[in-house]
Amino acid sequence: MIVIINYGSGNLKSIKNGFTKIGEETVISQDIREMEKADALVLPGVGAFGTAMEHLESYKDIIHEHINNGKPFLGVCLGLQVLFTKSQENKGVKGLDIFKGEVMKIPEEGLKIPHMGWNNLKIVNECSILDGIENDYMYFVHSYYAKPDDEDIIAATTNYGIDLTAAVCRDNVFATQFHPEKSGEVGLNILKNFVKSIPSK
Amino acid sequence: MLAKRIIPCLDCDLNVPHGRVVKGVEFKQIRYAGEPVDLATRYYEEGADEIVFLDITASHERRETMTDVIKATTENVFVPICVGGGIRKPEDYVNMLKAGADKCSTNTAAIHNPDLINEASKVVGSQACVIGIDAKRRYVENPKESEDKIIVETDKGYCWFDCSIYGGREFTGIDAIAWAIECEERGAGEILLTSMDRDGTKDGYDNYLNKAISEAVNIPVIASGGVGSPEHIYNAFTQGKADAALAASIFHFKEYSVGFVKKYLKKRGIPVRL
Repeated sequence: MIVIINYGSGNLKSIKNGFTKIGEETVISQDIREMEKADALVLPGVGAFGTAMEHLESYKDIIHEHINNGKPFLGVCLGLQVLFTKSQENKGVKGLDIFKGEVMKIPEEGLKIPHMGWNNLKIVNECSILDGIENDYMYFVHSYYAKPDDEDIIAATTNYGIDLTAAVCRDNVFATQFHPEKSGEVGLNILKNFVKSIPSK
Repeated sequence: MLAKRIIPCLDCDLNVPHGRVVKGVEFKQIRYAGEPVDLATRYYEEGADEIVFLDITASHERRETMTDVIKATTENVFVPICVGGGIRKPEDYVNMLKAGADKCSTNTAAIHNPDLINEASKVVGSQACVIGIDAKRRYVENPKESEDKIIVETDKGYCWFDCSIYGGREFTGIDAIAWAIECEERGAGEILLTSMDRDGTKDGYDNYLNKAISEAVNIPVIASGGVGSPEHIYNAFTQGKADAALAASIFHFKEYSVGFVKKYLKKRGIPVRL
């Protein structure tokens, strides 16, 4: 079972609908026991880094345990950013620190903030959830972007004045800055690829 | 590169089960275009970048019909959904987002209670707070005599833009450009900008209005009102500096498909998602 972590943030219904559309059952849950049994965890999220980390306090351990056990994990949007060490959005708040690095404010320089809308990907490193994806357009809504210490974990970037991290992958941990559940058929293909990474599938 | 968005708009009459999409010229000659869920699905399949549902009845009693429409739509439509009409309290935003919407648009309620923008953006985030501005040109003889208004030079002379509420039935005297700036400061994430002079005319968007607002704020602006051809959409991006273009009747009555419009734009050098 895929468990979508409900920590009081964002539009959880859409990501559930996305998985349903590709024939995959999911459960939206706040229950740690359910997360312990999960084959895969999905961490969605819209909002601020600090608030999200506050709400994630009780789920930190289970997320770390799940990842350490090698089980597939997908972070989406803010669910990508909280995987990092810290963020300029709320200085002093510690992230999940699964990836070393900082979440930075997108430089304005004549560009509208947030970076909102459809932007195309540039694939920079191989990653199984991006199988079959090339320079496709994905739907983004964000004002901050992740800057990993280890650039090799960046699977794809998108250009908005500068190259922004669009997807990161390391072993069983996948995360996208864009919303696959709002990125049309191509986005659903990313969810399909994620499902393929679950050993029981 | 960020693509320009094409957004079909569904004006929904929710007084019948499942609702129905209507389109009128200045609220007259109402034509029935189909059921909201069916049309939204068709536009998604044609390549719409986002879909806007406007409850033209803006009635609180019909909230449930609207959430049902959103729930049914988002089972099969995987692009952002914006809902407008009758959104008055932060909890209205929350309920629409829970149903599967990504953004809510407010006009009258925000003008009556601007703090709603601050409150709602704190609860659901700026990205979910769209402000609808319905603006009408007010021509002035001498631009220097209108110090309290932001004057724009247009094809037909100097004017300022007056915000209307209640679907164009009442005018407020509020300067639309100044209001757009205030909305951004209060936490709005996007402006859905409709020209009341052009709405329903098919003469093209008011690109003087679009450009003035787009350059005054640092949040995306959706051009609306008056589109009759793909060229009008091209002009909204080039002359109007808009980030997205909204259209209703050209899509509803199959004059052009979303896909046709996007191919046309691409050919003319506009970045679009195909």
